[in-house]
Formats: sequence, C-alpha cells, structure tokens
Amino acid sequence: MIEFSNYDILRNLLFATQWTILLSLAAFIGGTAVALTLTAMRLTRNPAMQRIVRVYVELFQGTPLLMQMFLCFFGLSMLGYEISAWGAAILSLTFFTSAFLVEIWRGCIDTLPKGQWEASRCLGLSFLQTLRFIILPQAIRVATAPTVGFSVQVIKGTALASVIGFVELTKVGTMLNNATFEPFKIFTLVALIYFMLCYPLSLYSKHLEKKFNVSR
Amino acid sequence: MSLVNLHQVHKYYGDLHVLKGIDLDIKAGEVISIIGKSGSGKSTLLRCINGLEQYQEGGITVDGKEVTTEDIQVRRLALSVGMIFQNFNLFPHMTVGENVMLAPTIVLKKSKAEAEATARAMLEKVGLAEKFDSFPEKLSGGQQQRVAIARALAMSPKVLLCDEITSALDPELVGEVLKVLEQLAEEGMTLVLVTHEMNFARDVGSRVVFMHQGKVWEQGDPKTILSNPQTDELKQFMGAVL
Repeated sequence: MIEFSNYDILRNLLFATQWTILLSLAAFIGGTAVALTLTAMRLTRNPAMQRIVRVYVELFQGTPLLMQMFLCFFGLSMLGYEISAWGAAILSLTFFTSAFLVEIWRGCIDTLPKGQWEASRCLGLSFLQTLRFIILPQAIRVATAPTVGFSVQVIKGTALASVIGFVELTKVGTMLNNATFEPFKIFTLVALIYFMLCYPLSLYSKHLEKKFNVSR
Repeated sequence: MSLVNLHQVHKYYGDLHVLKGIDLDIKAGEVISIIGKSGSGKSTLLRCINGLEQYQEGGITVDGKEVTTEDIQVRRLALSVGMIFQNFNLFPHMTVGENVMLAPTIVLKKSKAEAEATARAMLEKVGLAEKFDSFPEKLSGGQQQRVAIARALAMSPKVLLCDEITSALDPELVGEVLKVLEQLAEEGMTLVLVTHEMNFARDVGSRVVFMHQGKVWEQGDPKTILSNPQTDELKQFMGAVL
C-alpha cells in the first residue's frame, strides 16, 4: 500500500479542484447562454415559446440534478451517443443552471414597472429597442447579485459529477479516502476547499446587493 | 378637420363592458378635459387612443390613420401622439438629457447633435435646462413630470395625452406642471387630459367631457358645463369634487 503524506493529500485535492473550477465555469457559461436564449423566448410574449420555457424550467427544476446527470450519461449512451463523463456533467449542469437562472432573471425583469414598457412603446421604440435600451440595462443591475449568489449552487452541484466518474474534487476525496481510510481528515479538507471557493462568491453577492440597494 | 376621431368605441375587459359606445371628435388645437369618477373609463379611453389598449368595436382615427394595437401601428402612431403618465415613467438609468434624446435618436434617427439641440430646447421650454445631466431620482415629482413632458414634446407630437399627470404630485408641485400645460395650450398644442383639476379645466380647457359608466354623459364649453350641469350624475360628481 502506498503511503500518503498530508502534503500528497493536499496536492491531489488541489489538483482536482482545478477540474471543479473548470466544470463550474463551463456549466455557468453554458447555463448563462441557454438562459439568455430562454429569457428572450419568454419575453416574445408568444404563447408557444412561453410554454416551451415553462416546461423546460419545470422539468429541470423538478428533478434531482443527479438523475439529470445519470440520464445524460447513461441515457445518451444507451441511445447510441457516446458521451464522456465530462460531457455529461457539463450538459446536465448547463440544463440545471439555465433552468434556475431563467427564473431568477424573470423575477428581475418582472420587478421593473410596467410603465417602463408603456413609456417606451408610446415613444415609438420597438420591442427589441425597448429590451436593449430600457429593460436590460435595468434588469442586469438587479440580476447581478442573485446570479453571482446562484453560482455557489453550481459549484456545489459539480460534486455530483463524481458519481458518474468525473474526477473532480469530491471524486478525488473519495479515492484518497479509499486509499488512506482517513475520512474525517480528507472530507474536512474537501469541505474546506469548497467553502473557500464558495464563500468569497457569497460575500461578493452580498456586497453587490448592498451596493444596488444603496444606489436605488 | 378632426385630429382625433372616435366612433362608437366599445371596450371590454373580459365580461366587463368598460367603454360603451364612445363618440368623440377632437380638432387640432383643442384642450379637452375628461372628467369623471374613477372607474368611469377615462384612462381606458385615453389608452385606446394611443393603442396601449385594444378596443373591440367601433373605430378610432388619429390624424386620418386608424388606431390598432399592432406593434408597427403603435410605433407609427407614436409619431403623432405623445403620452404623459401619472407616474412619469422616466427611465431611471438615464440622465434627463438621455431620456429626452433617446426616442429622437433611435426612432426618428436624428443625429446626436440634432437630438441634443432638440432636447435642450424642450427642457428649456419646461424650465429645466440646467437639469440636463441630472438623474431623474434627483428631481422632485413636479420636475420629473416636466421632464416627461419634454421627452414627449421632443417627438413633435400633434396631440398630447395626459393621464392624471398631477395626481401623484404633492399639492405644491401641481402648479408648475399645469403652467407648462397652459403654455402648451397657448402655443396651440392639442391636449387631451384625464384630470381632476377643475380650475384648469375651466380656465384653460376648450371643452369638458364628463364620463360616467363608460359613456360620454355630457360635454361642452367648460364654463357652461361646470357651472350649470344638466344631469344629476354630473351635479353629484361636481358636488363630490368641489
């Protein structure tokens, strides 16, 4: 049996953290892109489009992320699409992230008074001009804090990717535990690393919230 | 020739019959005050004229063009109809100047210099030239409403619709807004106001339209109508207002 020094443990965990960060970033970027598209679809006021968005949100908010990962990983393979654990993790986290972001942003857009739309319309602005010049600049200010806050959920969500065999922080923690039988030490370290990733984001989100409230 | 014409306009919100056959003819240069209890359909009428609300029967024309709520129609309409709201609806993330310049730049495609010149002139007209670079939140309610008027004027509308534009203001700020309206009336701007300002209706208005339960109940010369109401409903309303 190989001996693991504390240094080895930490080194391996930190190396795996890179993959956690990378997966979080990919999921967040993918989720943002999809959520933007869904938000645009929702704002068109086209009933069919809105229904698609609603079903999408209900589907991905109403099922566990782990099941979504299983379906992406095993389901797609069974349908004949070979997908890596990395691909399946990104795909399912993108669904998950976008389903929540689209709802967060909906709330932000809905807090803007209806009068903003009406005044724009009375001045002759088109729908897209109203979005671009009036609604989005205001909505983005409101949405930044909750969006950053939600990124914490994405980071923690990546831990589930360990179950489908993607080697990130949690997975490496499990592997090290299997080799060393020191669960307390190892999982404390793992938790601590997650905390160090998430806590600054929470703080930043709170800071943004405060900044926004003051300037109102 | 009439500028705004309404012919037998009916409007329903579901089962609720809000406008029950409105006929109204407004000529260029007229100052029309629409009065009546809340729920009588005054604001809805105004919002039908500029296409914010759909009507189900009848017809509305503005400057000879029919009004519908089709997006493209509303945008064309915006070129001849300006609207001022009770809650100002200024764009809070833009300065006063940007608020006034926005539509001329992106809708009328004016150059920035031209739009700025117009904006400065319109702000001058409402007495707020020095607030060009301020943000709306720094202004009083009366000032914000005057900016909203300048913003509408920058599109050189043929008629200005005012939806209870002094109702959200503290009493001491009402005067400055009414003064701007009075000045516009003198310059020949066509104004259609939903209002509770009876003195303004009497002194500046060219016609008063009394609405009750979704109908035009009485209309005519302000002095005659307000001092000598013909129907019990208007008498009752006047009693409640004065």
